[in-house]
Amino acid sequence: MIEARELSKKYGDKLAVDGLSFTVQPGIVTGFLGPNGAGKSTTMRMILGLDRPTSGSATIDGKRYAQLPAPLHEVGALLEARAVHTSRSAYNHLRALAATHGIGRDRVDAVIELVGLQEVARKRAGGFSLGMGQRLGIASALLGDPKTLILDEPVNGLDPEGIRWVRDLLKGLASEGRTVFISSHLMSEMALTAEHVIVVGRGRLIADCSVSDLIAGAGANVVLVRTPQATELRDALVGPDVSVTSTGTGVLEIAGLTAAQVGEVAREQGIVLHELTPQQASLEEAFMDMTRDAVEYHAAPTEPAAAAAAPRSNA
Amino acid sequence: MTAATITRPRNAPSGQRKVTQGQVIASEWIKLRSLRSSWFTFVAAIVGMIGIGLLVSAVTNAHWGQLGPDERAHFDPVTRSLTGVYLAQLAVGVLGVLVISGEYATGMIRATFGAVPTRLPVLWAKLAVFAAVTFVLMLISSFVAFLGGQQLLTTHGTTLGAPNALRAVVGVALYLTVVGALGIALGFLIRSTAGGIATLFGLLLVLPTIGQVLPASWQVHILPYLPGNAGAALFTLHPDPGTLSPWIGFAVFCGWAAAALLGASVLMMRRDA
Repeated sequence: MIEARELSKKYGDKLAVDGLSFTVQPGIVTGFLGPNGAGKSTTMRMILGLDRPTSGSATIDGKRYAQLPAPLHEVGALLEARAVHTSRSAYNHLRALAATHGIGRDRVDAVIELVGLQEVARKRAGGFSLGMGQRLGIASALLGDPKTLILDEPVNGLDPEGIRWVRDLLKGLASEGRTVFISSHLMSEMALTAEHVIVVGRGRLIADCSVSDLIAGAGANVVLVRTPQATELRDALVGPDVSVTSTGTGVLEIAGLTAAQVGEVAREQGIVLHELTPQQASLEEAFMDMTRDAVEYHAAPTEPAAAAAAPRSNA
Repeated sequence: MTAATITRPRNAPSGQRKVTQGQVIASEWIKLRSLRSSWFTFVAAIVGMIGIGLLVSAVTNAHWGQLGPDERAHFDPVTRSLTGVYLAQLAVGVLGVLVISGEYATGMIRATFGAVPTRLPVLWAKLAVFAAVTFVLMLISSFVAFLGGQQLLTTHGTTLGAPNALRAVVGVALYLTVVGALGIALGFLIRSTAGGIATLFGLLLVLPTIGQVLPASWQVHILPYLPGNAGAALFTLHPDPGTLSPWIGFAVFCGWAAAALLGASVLMMRRDA
């Protein structure tokens, strides 16, 4: 179990992490989600004792990382930036890390095989592709057979087969009762891998809930209607719980009613419909809505109209 | 392959459940010898130490007839055969810095501190491994340079039994070991290869030169205590007046390295990795 309490980190004047509190439970995969620059990596580095929190604390099974007598047996970590000397072979890298804990060659060989790096284990790690680097990082995380795994963007750079492999591996590790905490900026990936998500933006906690709750909450269901009588339909539908937005000539987006309800009203009023489509906001959109205010670096809006229509109900 | 088949039971790793200083030393030994740059640099130090010593000795012997009476009177065959120390210190110093700065440059330091979060054992282990390897290799090189050099100096040479000859030969190895320790300290302090190397040789080579422009009355109080000058006292047989005595000089040199290591350990514990 990982616990963060009022964790804050200041770089100069800038608050990278701002009073973050959360708990990561064992037995499930917990996703740590947020746009780039949200403070995910900083938070993970603080949990791992690499960065010193400005205030607050982080513990793993009740202990600060630096208090762990044999940290590799307790916590396996993969950090976003590759933590490997580029001139050393993967095998020697793992051997050196293993030696600090008295872990033998057999285990080093086992984790190399586990991540599928046998062919290149004796080659310089600097020549590895991003995907091979990730596999090496996962191998070092698993070296001590730890109860807790903290992985920063583990699927970054992996091909679809590799992504699937990581997903199955993490789920398997969680099902053995381990604590698995992985960060990502991709909601879609988290939806497939994680059961629980902690969402952050600009260093603050935005959501801490199960993935199914997030999907349900995100379902700001909108019905798209195409009709030559848009004005009449709007007048017939608008009510206290219903909002109607015109997104083009003869196109309406209706929130607060189901497609069936819209169709019935149209029939009663004798309004012709050319299209009636229920639209579920995708998880990706829900995530973007949720973190919109928290995104560090916005690209200049390319479609002012779309941006103006955006402030729909925030789930 | 599923996770269940590829991960082992919880108690599988055969390791002890504690990080010990000895294990961290073993880890640093693997790290040092698994980088080709370590061996290239050690070879450069050995070639510098022996090659320059032999070359200078042979040249001196060949041109003995051209030396003036004054030069012959002050000729010191011991230090002549150990001239390579000035080249070897470049290689050893650079490698000392690289042992740390290479980890900061590549991000390896985060894996290192992740495995040893108390951090200090890493500093001691790097120091112990690097100092031991440097001392052994440089001691052998120094003896080879001395004995070979004396052979090449023929009748102008001397033996290990000559006064202070043994002290100079061993002193070269000790001096180079402390240069390496200073490099390690600066690597931790400055964390960049270029900055660390520049600072090291600024201290060892540039500072004494700058000191030469100071007023003479200041020089006597400053120059002998500069790290390069103080350290070199250990292998200098005919010192300039005002130079520290060999072991006092070496102690001062060690003091510089100790101060740098202390600063390094304090900053290493405080800084983010």
